[in-house]
Amino acid sequence: MSIGKPLPHDAAPLHVTGQARYVDDIPLPGNTLHLAFGLSSIAHGRITAMDLTAVRAAPGVVAVYAAEDFDDMPDCSPSAQDEPLLSTGVVFYHGMPLFLVAADSHVAARRAARLARVSYDERPAILTVDDALAADSRFEDGPVIWAKGDAARAIAGASHVVEGRLNVGGQEHFYLEGQVAAVLPLEGGDVLVHSSTQHPTEIQHKVAHALHLPMSAVRVEVRRMGGGFGGKESQGNALAIACAVVAARTRRPAKMRYDRDDDMMITGKRHDLRILYRAGFDDQGRVVGLEFTHLLRCGWAQDLSLPVADRAMLHADNCYHLPDIRVESHRLRTHTQSATAFRGFGGPQGMVGIERVMDHVAHVLGCDPVAVRKANFYRAGLAAGGASPPGPPEGISAKRNEAQTTPYFMPVEDFVGDKIVAALLESSGYDRRKAEIAEWNRASPILKRGIALTPVKFGISFTLTHLNQAGALVHVYQDGSIALNHGGTEMGQGLFQKVAQVAAGVFGVDTGRVKITATDTAKVPNTSATAASSGSDLNGMAAKVACETIRDRMASFIAGKHQAEASAVRFEGGMVRVAGEAYDFARVAMWAYQARISLSSTGFYATPKLQWDRKAGKGRPFLYFAYGAAVSEVVIDTVTGENRILRADLLHDTGTSLNPALDIGQIEGAYVQGAGWLTTEELVWDAKGRLTTHAPSTYKIPACSDRPALFNVALWGQPNREDTVGKSKAVGEPPFMLGISVLMALSDAVAACGPGYPSLDAPATPERVLAAAERVRGDV
Amino acid sequence: MTEIAFLLNGTPVRVAGHSPTMTLLDWLRETRGLTGTKEGCNEGDCGACTVIVTDPSGSRALNACILFLPQLDGKALRTIEGISGPDGALHPVQQAMIDHHGSQCGFCTPGFVVSMATAHLNSATDHDDQLAGNLCRCTGYAPIIRAAQAAETATIPDWMKTDRDFLLAQIPSGGEAAGRGGAEPPLHGFRPKTTAELARWFMVHPEATLIAGATDVGLWVTKQLRDLTPVAFLSGIPEMQQIDDQGCTLRIGAGVTIAALRRALAPRFPSLGELLRRYASEQIRNAATIGGNIANGSPIGDGPPALIALGATLHLRRGDARRDMPLEDFFLDYRKQDRHPGEFVEAVTIPAQAPNLRCYKLSKRFDQDISAVCGCFNVTLQGGTVTQARIAFGGMAGTPKRARNVEAALIGKPLTPASAAAVAARMADDFTPLSDMRASAAYRLKTAQNMLTRYAHDLNGTPVSVLKVRA
Repeated sequence: MSIGKPLPHDAAPLHVTGQARYVDDIPLPGNTLHLAFGLSSIAHGRITAMDLTAVRAAPGVVAVYAAEDFDDMPDCSPSAQDEPLLSTGVVFYHGMPLFLVAADSHVAARRAARLARVSYDERPAILTVDDALAADSRFEDGPVIWAKGDAARAIAGASHVVEGRLNVGGQEHFYLEGQVAAVLPLEGGDVLVHSSTQHPTEIQHKVAHALHLPMSAVRVEVRRMGGGFGGKESQGNALAIACAVVAARTRRPAKMRYDRDDDMMITGKRHDLRILYRAGFDDQGRVVGLEFTHLLRCGWAQDLSLPVADRAMLHADNCYHLPDIRVESHRLRTHTQSATAFRGFGGPQGMVGIERVMDHVAHVLGCDPVAVRKANFYRAGLAAGGASPPGPPEGISAKRNEAQTTPYFMPVEDFVGDKIVAALLESSGYDRRKAEIAEWNRASPILKRGIALTPVKFGISFTLTHLNQAGALVHVYQDGSIALNHGGTEMGQGLFQKVAQVAAGVFGVDTGRVKITATDTAKVPNTSATAASSGSDLNGMAAKVACETIRDRMASFIAGKHQAEASAVRFEGGMVRVAGEAYDFARVAMWAYQARISLSSTGFYATPKLQWDRKAGKGRPFLYFAYGAAVSEVVIDTVTGENRILRADLLHDTGTSLNPALDIGQIEGAYVQGAGWLTTEELVWDAKGRLTTHAPSTYKIPACSDRPALFNVALWGQPNREDTVGKSKAVGEPPFMLGISVLMALSDAVAACGPGYPSLDAPATPERVLAAAERVRGDV
Repeated sequence: MTEIAFLLNGTPVRVAGHSPTMTLLDWLRETRGLTGTKEGCNEGDCGACTVIVTDPSGSRALNACILFLPQLDGKALRTIEGISGPDGALHPVQQAMIDHHGSQCGFCTPGFVVSMATAHLNSATDHDDQLAGNLCRCTGYAPIIRAAQAAETATIPDWMKTDRDFLLAQIPSGGEAAGRGGAEPPLHGFRPKTTAELARWFMVHPEATLIAGATDVGLWVTKQLRDLTPVAFLSGIPEMQQIDDQGCTLRIGAGVTIAALRRALAPRFPSLGELLRRYASEQIRNAATIGGNIANGSPIGDGPPALIALGATLHLRRGDARRDMPLEDFFLDYRKQDRHPGEFVEAVTIPAQAPNLRCYKLSKRFDQDISAVCGCFNVTLQGGTVTQARIAFGGMAGTPKRARNVEAALIGKPLTPASAAAVAARMADDFTPLSDMRASAAYRLKTAQNMLTRYAHDLNGTPVSVLKVRA
């Protein structure tokens, strides 16, 4: 059985030899045009004059396009049709594309793009949360408010109350492969698009719209991305559209890749936000009432900000049962890059808020934060496989074995956070180390260590319910080789390998027999983005359905020849076993072909059980939850704020893993990326709204030595109680939030400096850690 | 560009007709169709374009994105396409990367594999340092390090040894290469073999850009898109790459790379060795030179504060005229140095000992980051009292600069955390730092003050480095 084996990534031999082909590596005809955008140098205002003479005259330039060259400016938005490809007169952020250069080389296009002379009527820019609140600049009419119970009354009646605020920075995706697209004009005006995108169907849709073509005239192919992390869910649209427009107008192939600085200046990042909280709690630290306000900077266009902000609200509870809670979410419109999807899609932002509350409550009570977290956990889940009984509203007559509900009234039936935390406390030696660290700190004047445990509960499914569908196309050839295609895209997560293992498992063959082919809108239509961690859940199921259809046809055929029941035919070890005979899979495929049996099938899957009322904030947006927990230990320098992760212990739930090696890889990588978000990765805009951290020289993702020196990662290993592919659980996003333990460990280390509460903001750069240490010491 | 010749994955190639500032990366990808080498940042920070360059002195990992073609002349280049054997056999680090799940999206992987193969060739096992210049956004690095460790003991494949053998066989028997530096040296991509040759040419072309490692000049081309003409490449001048031990002093040629400087100085000055370990990355240290770090005049370079604290003397040359000055006097103002047209940095001399030298680098990330503040402290104590003090900072002013008020305040006092704290406020008389994306002015000033206290703790033996703490 291939499912569950720790096999390497299918493309690993290509990766390590440099043969893996990315969009920029695809050989293109010699007459290919190379594109670059000319960017705005102000954050907000109106263009009063744009002189492109020098741009047009620059060496190698073939064509230059600006707003006046379009009767109907193409739109790049995945949501609200509010993202013109090029400014049509108003500048909404520093770095907004104003014009498009097509030249005979990449560098010629870049050089020419800098030669424009643009005059602006500059307007005041709304840059910060406070600017946006003052100007009431927002998406939607007002804040979205979801509530359960009566938080204000519960807080008023609580024996303790804390209030606080937490600023959390954004995050640049820093996919190693920057945004890139190439478009080849085909006969009859059709186009072939190569795009580094998580969402081929969206590219197809937007290119078709821009060219006034039916979607059937646009084919999008994606073999792989050099990293995505959400940054290629919608941010590749502009490049593909630009190439399509130029290709259509010049009848020449067109390619566009952003230079890294342009990429960081133009594209959206993780939403930064300010979280305000007010919590009432009892002597044990049980939170009886809680109010959150989320103030998210969404940037200039809507993009995916509404569902991102929704998901932040949906994760305001994390692992904790909060009977009386109110969450108010402001989606603020600012003159900055349009914030977009990034691993976790708002979930991390919501979760860091409640983890901060737990930390703060524990500090007030002077007890271990783990005890406070445990006191607030959801009740343990029901027996695996059981359905939740419809009961009366809880709080009135909650029975011991009845699932508690989330702030959005979804029963938490599968809670294992308590068990995972118990196991991790044991395996990490948390209690012993906590005591050792306290002793060490007493003897160390400059350096202080800290330790923290944080859990994760992350909801799996797209909250826009109709996206929870997937298709696959499988062929068995007459030689027994298998071609596998599905709507998911490969960005490094190992999706193709996992789905290949599912397919090989159905046919009982080695994965080497399964050819994984590029994602192609001509093969599987109407796909959803490879996002929301759903890739293997959705596409694995769709591929399984397709494979089972073919296998069942083969089984019926071979059973018929042996007067056996189809259900008695076994596909295993590369053989087909029927009525005591064993035939090579390839022989059976050949016989089936000769018997005129179809050896090709589509497969389709739609996630069951979902129903979600976004307006009311009620329902079941998720099929299930993925769980995990992390213990991080850090050390800080209390006179400079420098800090280091010393050790991390992670225990994470991926159900029955489809491939434990790939899952552990996702968990390790997600933790480091999550830790980076909350420590070294700082986005800085200057007072004029210009992003000053637009290259790796100034924006610091974790480097090799930033990973924990001791790094223990284990899988929980219990099957998913829902009927997912192989009883596995999604893994892409949930472990990202294990990185929150680093922020809380830093908070713990800072708290060793004095009596105050650290109130540590993120990212916890040395500067913020030092400021917190000074606050705690009472120096300021 | 005049013709250059080098070995490409074992095959000799001759290249002509390109601009002298064409980058190796563009040439590989766009001219040769060798697309295994990736562009991740085009500024030497991500390592996706790492290649191996071998010359008779050894094999080094370098970033192809900021390496100009003429810098390869006479050397051997190996790209990811040349790491596997001629028959396609995998290199041990490639196999280990597969076995240990070291690749996810795969885009950074060729760069990692090349860095790892270089380290393997050089028997280097300090993997965190060897790979500090390779960024990965997927794996969290742990499986890559496991792969590097697993491959440590594997035999070096034969094909990885051929570059050096080939070069050694081709080396001329000595003396200046003929036909260069004659009456009409080429205007583009001049490649002198001696300092004298450079000095003569630079007198005639004082507007020229001198290129040593190209780790900063490279960005003028790839990011600022500047045309640099004329240019001279200095890496072919052996005499500029010497470190002369003169007993009480060390004379360091301007062309000494940071990597070579680290090897030479780390045993004498452990704290400076640690600063140089954190200087950019392996690929950058292999290219960047101390002369470039000084001549560039950046207020945030890490070399000058340490050298100033050591009491370095700078040697400048213009034609046959030479002059010396204390290094700190070279830096006049932001990006303005006391260097005349046609004059260049020839060498720098430092004392051979400084037991109390401590160098502190503050940055958002420990490895491969630019300092927010770099503070270097060097006091002489007699009978517990400070008799001499040299304290220099980067990141605190428009130039690398001494903290003269603090130095003066320390003289005649004992150096304890309390006494240091008492004079630390004088730092505000020495510096009015700026706020930028790396740190605020207040943080810079505060940590500069705190560093002085930390220095006193450090000399007293109190642990002050988070990098030395283990869980």
